[in-house]
Formats: sequence, C-alpha cells, structure tokens
Amino acid sequence: MGEFAIGQPVSRFEDPRLLRGGGRYVDDMSLPHMAFGHVVRSPHPHARILKIDTRRARQAPGVIAVLTGEDWLTSGFGDLPTATGKKKRDGSPMYRPKFPAMTVDKARYVGDPVAFVVANTALEAQDAAELVEVDYDPLPAITDTAHAHEDGAPQVYDDCANNICFVYQEGDKDKTDVAIAAADRVIKRRFVISRVTAATMETRGSIGHYDKAADRYTCYTTLQRALNFREELAETLRIPESKLRIVAGDIGGSFGMKSGVFNEVGLVLLGSKVTGRPVKWVATRSESFIADAHGRDNVTEAELALDKNGKFTGLRVRTLYNAGSYTQPGSDSGASSNVGTLAGVYMTPAVHVDVTGVLTNTNPMRPFRGNGRPEAAFVIERMVDIAADEIGMDPAELRRINMIPPSAMPFQTGLSFNYDCGEFEKVLDEALAMIDYKGFEARRAEARKRGKLRGIGMSYTIEKAAAPGYEGAEVRFDRTGSITLIAGSVTQGQGHETVFKQIVADRLGIHPDEIHYLQGDTDQVFLGEGTGGSRTSALGGSAVTSATEKVVDKARKIAAHMMQVDDVEYADGVFTSRKTNRSLSMKEVAKSATNPRNVPKDLEIGLNATAAYHTTRQNFPNGCHIVEVEIDEETGVATLDKYIVVDDVGVVLNPLLLKGQIVGGIAQGVGQMMMEEIRFDPDSGQILTGSFMDYAMPHAEIFPHIDIKSMPVPTKTNLLGVKGAGEAGCVGAIPAVANALVDALTHLGVRDVAMPATPERIWRVIEDAKRGQTA
Amino acid sequence: MHNFNYHRASDVAGAAALLKDVDDGKLLAGGMTLLPTLKNRLAAPSDLIDLAGVSDLKGISIEGDEVVIRAMTPHAVVAASHEVATAIPALAALAGGIGDPAVRHRGTIGGSVANADPAADYPAAIVGLNATVVTNQRSIAADDFFLGLFETALRPGEIITSVRFKNPSRAHYLKFRHPASGYAVVGIMVAQYASGVRVAVTGAGPSVFRVSAMEAALDKSFTPKSIADIAVSADQLMGDIHCSAEYRAHIVKVYARRAVEALTA
Ligand SMILES: Cc1cc2nc3c(=O)[nH]c(=O)nc-3n(C[C@H](O)[C@H](O)[C@H](O)COP(=O)(O)OP(=O)(O)OC[C@H]3O[C@@H](n4cnc5c(N)ncnc54)[C@H](O)[C@@H]3O)c2cc1C
Repeated sequence: MGEFAIGQPVSRFEDPRLLRGGGRYVDDMSLPHMAFGHVVRSPHPHARILKIDTRRARQAPGVIAVLTGEDWLTSGFGDLPTATGKKKRDGSPMYRPKFPAMTVDKARYVGDPVAFVVANTALEAQDAAELVEVDYDPLPAITDTAHAHEDGAPQVYDDCANNICFVYQEGDKDKTDVAIAAADRVIKRRFVISRVTAATMETRGSIGHYDKAADRYTCYTTLQRALNFREELAETLRIPESKLRIVAGDIGGSFGMKSGVFNEVGLVLLGSKVTGRPVKWVATRSESFIADAHGRDNVTEAELALDKNGKFTGLRVRTLYNAGSYTQPGSDSGASSNVGTLAGVYMTPAVHVDVTGVLTNTNPMRPFRGNGRPEAAFVIERMVDIAADEIGMDPAELRRINMIPPSAMPFQTGLSFNYDCGEFEKVLDEALAMIDYKGFEARRAEARKRGKLRGIGMSYTIEKAAAPGYEGAEVRFDRTGSITLIAGSVTQGQGHETVFKQIVADRLGIHPDEIHYLQGDTDQVFLGEGTGGSRTSALGGSAVTSATEKVVDKARKIAAHMMQVDDVEYADGVFTSRKTNRSLSMKEVAKSATNPRNVPKDLEIGLNATAAYHTTRQNFPNGCHIVEVEIDEETGVATLDKYIVVDDVGVVLNPLLLKGQIVGGIAQGVGQMMMEEIRFDPDSGQILTGSFMDYAMPHAEIFPHIDIKSMPVPTKTNLLGVKGAGEAGCVGAIPAVANALVDALTHLGVRDVAMPATPERIWRVIEDAKRGQTA
Repeated sequence: MHNFNYHRASDVAGAAALLKDVDDGKLLAGGMTLLPTLKNRLAAPSDLIDLAGVSDLKGISIEGDEVVIRAMTPHAVVAASHEVATAIPALAALAGGIGDPAVRHRGTIGGSVANADPAADYPAAIVGLNATVVTNQRSIAADDFFLGLFETALRPGEIITSVRFKNPSRAHYLKFRHPASGYAVVGIMVAQYASGVRVAVTGAGPSVFRVSAMEAALDKSFTPKSIADIAVSADQLMGDIHCSAEYRAHIVKVYARRAVEALTA
C-alpha cells in the first residue's frame, strides 16, 4: 500500500467530513423526546449556601425538573471520585475533599454547580435557571497560588490546615543539598507559571439517557478515555459498568481538559432518570471559561549548582502547585507525574524536587497539554540560559558540555526517568546549523539598524511519553474482505483514524477506503485506556500492529491450506509460495475464511483478531527548538521572526500529522508564554478573563513559518519504534520563546520577563532596566 | 437570549415609525455587538428592527470634498472601496483593521458609531476626519457626537443614515490592537486640513478625544519632532489587565509621533 504506507504524508481521512460540517459533536446529536439542561452556578468564589428555593423555577414554562444537591443525594448516586495516593509532609494521607456533582453546603469556586434545571427547550431551561433563588453567605476567598498556604489565608476546607492538599517529592534530597552546599556557583531563580484554559473548539457537553425498561444508562459525551470514563462514572453512580454505555462522538479538542468525568455528566444522567427523557447539556463559551478545569499554575523556586567548568552538579526545585478547589483522579498528576522532566538532557547527578499542592477557590485542575512537562522544561531550560549568562558561556555550549552522550544510554537521571536512547548533541548541532546560529550576531546588528532588538533563544527538552499502560485494538474482516477496525484510544482531533488505517493498510494490504474505523463506544471497544500523555502511536499503534500480526499469522495458515503447500511467504498483502505459482491476496483469504472447507481443521473459521498491548517502559521524545524574536524597544511589542525545530520522536508514522502536532503544540506554548492567562481578581476572587475579549489566544498571523526536521532515533520500547509527539511542541516552545525574549533584552540589563510576556510587561522591564533596576 | 419580536424595515421612515410604536425596540444593524449582548442576557429588548433590508442605507459616494458612507455599509466594503482608498486611504485602512474578516463583513459603520464603544476604531475617524453624523432628524458635528463611555448625542428613536467625512490633505491611522479582542488599545488618527491638524485618539480613554497640544504643535510644524515629547496624562485613561492607563498614555505618545513619521517620510 505504497501511498498509504507507514511513513507517508497521508492527508487526514477525517478532514473532508469534518471540514464540510459532517462531524458529529455532542451538540449535533439529538435523541427523540430530548430535554435540555441548564446548570445554575455559584457566582461567588466561596460562600455558604443557606437556602435554595426552586419553587418559582419549577413553575416556569416548559420546566420538567429542577434538581439540587439534595436530589442527587436522595437518588442514591455518590460523589465523583477524587485524587488519592499522595501524602502530606508528615506522612499522613493527602487531603481528599468530597467532589459532589452539585454542592450542598458551600460553593468553592465561581462556577461551582448548585442546581440543574431541565426543560423542554434550552431557552426555557436558561430562563427558569434565573428563577432559582440561592441564598449565599459569601466567605473570603483565596485564589492566589503563592499565598494559599500562608497562615491566615482563607480556608477552602475547614479541616484542611493551610490549604495543603499534598506534598510530593522526587530525587535524592541529601545528595542534592550536599551538592548545592559544595558548589562553586549556585544560580537561584523564582518563576511563576501562569494558569491557562484549554479553550477547546468544541466545548464540553453530554446527553444522558436512562432506559428504564432496560435499566441501563447511556451517555454521549466529550472525553479522552472512554473505558476509564465508564469506570469512574459507574463508581459515581454506584452501578456496575455493564449498566452504563459511554459514546464519544467526534471530539473537538481536549488537551487533557476533558480527560476526567465532570459534574454535568452526572447531572444529565440524573436529569434523565428523574424525567424519563434524554437530557442534553452543552456548555456555552462563557460557561466554559468559568466551569472548565484549568491547567498549569505553579510558583517555582529553582537552584542550579555548577562547578567551575560549568558542569551541573545539582538541581533543587521547590514548587507550590495550585490544586484548585476539588481534586479528581489525575488532577494532581501535573504536580508529580512529570517532574522528572526537570532533569532534562543533562548529566546532573543530584536532583531533588519538592512540590506542595494547595487548594484554592479556583476551578478544578486537569492536565493540560504536557501536564507538568512544559512547566518543568521551562524551569530547567530557563535555568540553563540564566546560568550561561551568569558564567559568560554560550547557552548552546553550556547545554553541550552537560548533555548525556549516546554512549551513556540507558541513563538513569537524578529523578525518576530512565532514558533508553537519544542522540542529543547530534540533534542540537543540526538545529544550530538549521538556524545559522553563527550568523545570528549579524542578524542582530541588522535589526538594530531598523530600531529592533533581536534575540535568539533555544530549548532542548525531553519528556516522558506513553507511560506504562495498555491499549486494545480489533481487526474484523467481513465476508467481502473489507475491515472494521476498532481502537481503544479516542481521537480529540489528532488523526487516529488516519494513522491506524495506515498501519492496517501497510500491514494487511487493504485499501483505507475499505476500512471502517470505530472508536469511543464502550459497547464496541473491549479494551483501552484512551488518549493522553502522548501515548497513542506507541500503545494504540502497537495494539493495532499486534492485531494485524495475529491476522497475518492466521491468514498464512489458511492460505497454505488453500494453496496446499506448507511454506507460505507474506509480503505487501499477498501470500506466495515457491512451490506453486498460485498466490492469494489477504482479501481473498479473508473472503474464503468463513467457509470451513478453506480453513485447517484445527483453526476457527473467520479472520479477525483482538490485541491487547501493554508496556512497562515509557519512551522519551526530545528535541531542540530555536527561535528568533524582535522587540520594538519603544512599545515592548515582540514578534516571532524565525522558528526551527529538530526533534527525535522516533519512527515517524506520518510526517504531515507529526508537523501538525508540533505546530499546534508550539502555538499553545507561545500562547502561554506571550499572552494567555486565566486571572482572578485577588480581592473578589472573580475571574477577570471570562471571554475571548479578555483571554488572549494566539492567532495564526503571529507565527512565522515553522521549520521542522525529524532526526529519529527509534526506541525499542514499543512495536513501531515511535516516541510520543503530542506534547513535544508545547514543551519546547515555552522556554525557547522565553529565552529569546530575555536574550533580546540582556544588553539592557534585563534578566527575566514574567509570563505571559505581554507588550506592557516587556516595556516595563525595559523601562526598569533603563532606570537601573533589574527585574 | 430572551424572546423578542423581529421586524424587517424597508425604509428609514418605516423603521422610525416602528421604533416609536413598540415597547422597547432596538435597531439591528450587523448584530456584532447587539447579538452577543442579547445572548449574554445583558439586554432584553421587546422588538428588534432589522435595517438590513433598507437599501437607502447602503453604499459609498463622493460628494464634493466629502466621502459619504451610508450607515449599513459593512467595514469590509469600506476597506475594499476604491473611492475611499483614493480619497482618504487612512479611512480604508482603518476599516480593514477592524476585528476579523467575519466581523468586517457583518459589522456596519452605523452600528459602530451608534454603539460608541470606547475601543472601537471608527470614532477616531469620525473625530479625526471632522465628520458629520447624519441622522433621520439632523446633522451632528463630530465634536458634538461622542459624549462618553457608550454615550452619544443620539436621541431615543434617532437613526443614523450616513457619515460624511471631510477629505484631509493627508491623514494616517495607527492602531495598537488589543491582544485578546483585537479592538483598539490605542487608535490614533492624525489628519491635516487647511484649517488645522486634528489628532483623535480612541481606545485609550472612556471616549474618543482630541489632543489639542499635539494639534497646536503640528499646526506650527508638521514634523515628528514637534510632538515627540508631548504626553497625555494617564489619569483620564482606562486600564485593563493587558494594558494599564500608564501604558496607554505611553503608546499614544509613540503612535502619534509614528503616524506623523509615516506622513512625512
Ligand atoms: C469579535 C469582534 C471583534 C471586533 N473588533 C472590533 C475592532 O477591532 N474595532 C472596532 O471598531 N470594532 C470591532 N468590533 C465591533 C464591530 O466592528 C461592529 O462595529 C460593532 O459590533 C457594531 O456594528 P454592528 O453593525 O454589528 O451593530 P449592531 O450590533 O447591530 O448594533 C449596535 C448598536 O447600534 C445600534 N444601531 C445600529 N445601527 C444603527 C443606526 N443606523 N442608527 C442608530 N443606531 C443604530 C443598535 O441598536 C445597537 O444598539 C468587533 C466585534 C466583534 C464581535
């Protein structure tokens, strides 16, 4: 299948359908007799709920039911699952706040659900929601990460002292303390990593349908992990999973935000159970800003120790992580799963990280593209640049002398990661050549003549992908020799359908037009954890590969039986034998396989296979971003002028989709570094960035051409040799852009620019530097 | 959005009559501001009177030394107009820099001017290019039209029919786009007339304003240098999380000088 083979830039099979409006998102779906839900949310970041009066709302036109937390409790449903497993500093278990679908006693963030109105139309539900009278007693609120743990800060939960939810540590504390105490030089810096929202194109939504006759619930929803979603939701509803079906449509982006069960999923199911009708809820954009889970948001202090030659001898990092108002399984993982990223591509022998998770009156948190990776990569890659500046060494050189050489692989870092392979210096050299690093000073001088301050910045980041786990896939041939392919992972726009069909076409010689792809329906998918953490090519791809291998094994036996030979060769979808000039295509074998005459006696008829692939070893994509910026000295306006990436994401399955992932990731990274930020008013606790009029998203026009080159070092940790690629762009972009911005201003005495580096912030650091006060 | 009655007017008089008759009527032009306001339930008019079918309100013409743009002309049409580009290129450029393509194809000059958003671009053109706002009742001089934050001289029931811009000998518009909304953080129109220079600033304050110190300096000597040190006070300006009042004041100073540079280069 030459043009569809693995490695070909096949354009996405899903695009014609999606671009022409043929997508099926939650809001595109309608069920017979469907009703509509509207969530009444707390307007206060923190308030006692004294009374909820639903009488007027219940009498409003079209209203079928008005539900509150009391109704949820009497229905027999339970709370949503919460994060567990971590500890506090004294070793006691982490604080586990209850996570109710609708809160009864207290509201803990602006947007906390307190009631749910179900009506015949969405408009009637919205009208009636305005009639729900909630008597609040507002309480002082804390939204700020840096101060949440301080004595006297408002308490989000009365029984959680200093709002400390958990403490997470990694690395060798004693060894690191010694290394830092003994170092020739220690660089110290504090970073504030801002809170952002995923702003997915498709907002969250769900349709709940309780079939009373069958006593079974169906939920059409936005998600990342269908079977895990079913497990968590079944736990919440206190029913066996067999009584629950989850169906994902096309999903318009998630980036981690939709990876957990959310309150409203429970609300539509309760609504359906109470009213006997399917109930739909879809978030408006404004509602998304106040009710979606957010990402990032930490305050970090880092110390990097160097010897007199510039070799890193130790790294100590302390972080305050904003854990939001409620926790969920995985919502705390941004504080722990990827702190290993801090070790970077460097030999640093002693590293220690200490993270304190603090509860605040802010939206719950979810992983957001990178889930701790970009935050950690930002810290280490900024620290390297700061160190280079302080010791007067070129930042590329400082990286080079500290890099782990291929000869040291496999390499156990000072933190949890154990790298299997990687050729960092080679990738770095290629990147330096690509951007003409040596010629930069001439470009800087030329820009100066135009009144612009030009800067160059790089990052060399590495992250964990495809954490230990499993994925399922199924290949079912039908009697005409076409295929139904079922995957356990679920796309949110990445293009699973394309890549999985490529693998099947490549391995089985069946044209992609004859492959029907299915995903995201728990009644169809037998196994799979879903998509997240840059895992799908490695795990899902391996599962699909493994299923095709099983098919080939069986088909080979059938082909031998049919050709009456004992040694059969298989290549490019065709079985041949040196003993006969007969040949059989995979399709012919598949068509014949339901006829018992064609099948050896010891085999079952039919040609289909399920595969469950699991791994205990993650892989480590890595790469170098180099970016050049120009700053208007008078206004602080920064523009990206040149952007190159050289990455090693292992074997490239489809270069077109890979570039899409890298470019999209870079856009999100640039957004975080230069403009995006969820802000709360420190006094009132109200969200200040509740719409796109205030929350700045990066637009295509601000990006230069992004030049991407792959230098694959295949990994042996999965069947395809691939490494993750979904998060890499975002991870590399944030520090590279930050380093470039600072580089443009270093000669003025500027040493840092806070995130997001808006024009005013840049202007202010320039002005401060000119007045002799360094930021 | 609350329910409302929808009317489609066929002429200005009909629209005015409807407006008088109904309980709490609102004119609908491009809907780019009004519809989001309704969707967010910040307004609940009983009736919407759509001006889209009023052919008298569409089009651009040159009348003597004036460029006349009728109220329902979308920004994209102004931006692409050969007449406007020839007569007042700065006006075409201003229209072409509003929002995004979808907004430019729906949003109209009448709606923008009536709405008087402090961050809208057109107010800088109205005041800077000494325009006259023509309604179904009277003509209003630019300097008398904008009264404050979202506040104009329009009386209840008054309908803007056109805006008449006076051709300057030269003019330039510079805009500092808001990083989130794309509206003007600062939009500055510098226009030179035989009668004197006009410098109008939108975005920075609660309403468009003229900078008389800059106008006087440019009257004396139309050079970047003559205004390079003239600052506006941040006290009367607005601030938000992206751009403080102090920063806006700074940008006014820099952009005014750059606009003159562009005109004298
Ligand atoms: C995403 C976005 C970005 C934008 N960016 C910019 C920008 O960068 N710069 C900028 O200047 N603007 C911007 N706008 C505003 C837009 O350009 C329109 O000018 C504005 O929305 C109003 O015009 P409209 O025709 O849509 O009026 P409508 O929304 O239909 O009406 C606005 C108000 O004017 C009244 N009205 C309408 N026509 C008349 C009339 N003839 N006489 C009297 N009253 C009338 C209406 O009753 C209503 O109160 C943006 C809008 C959006 C949605």
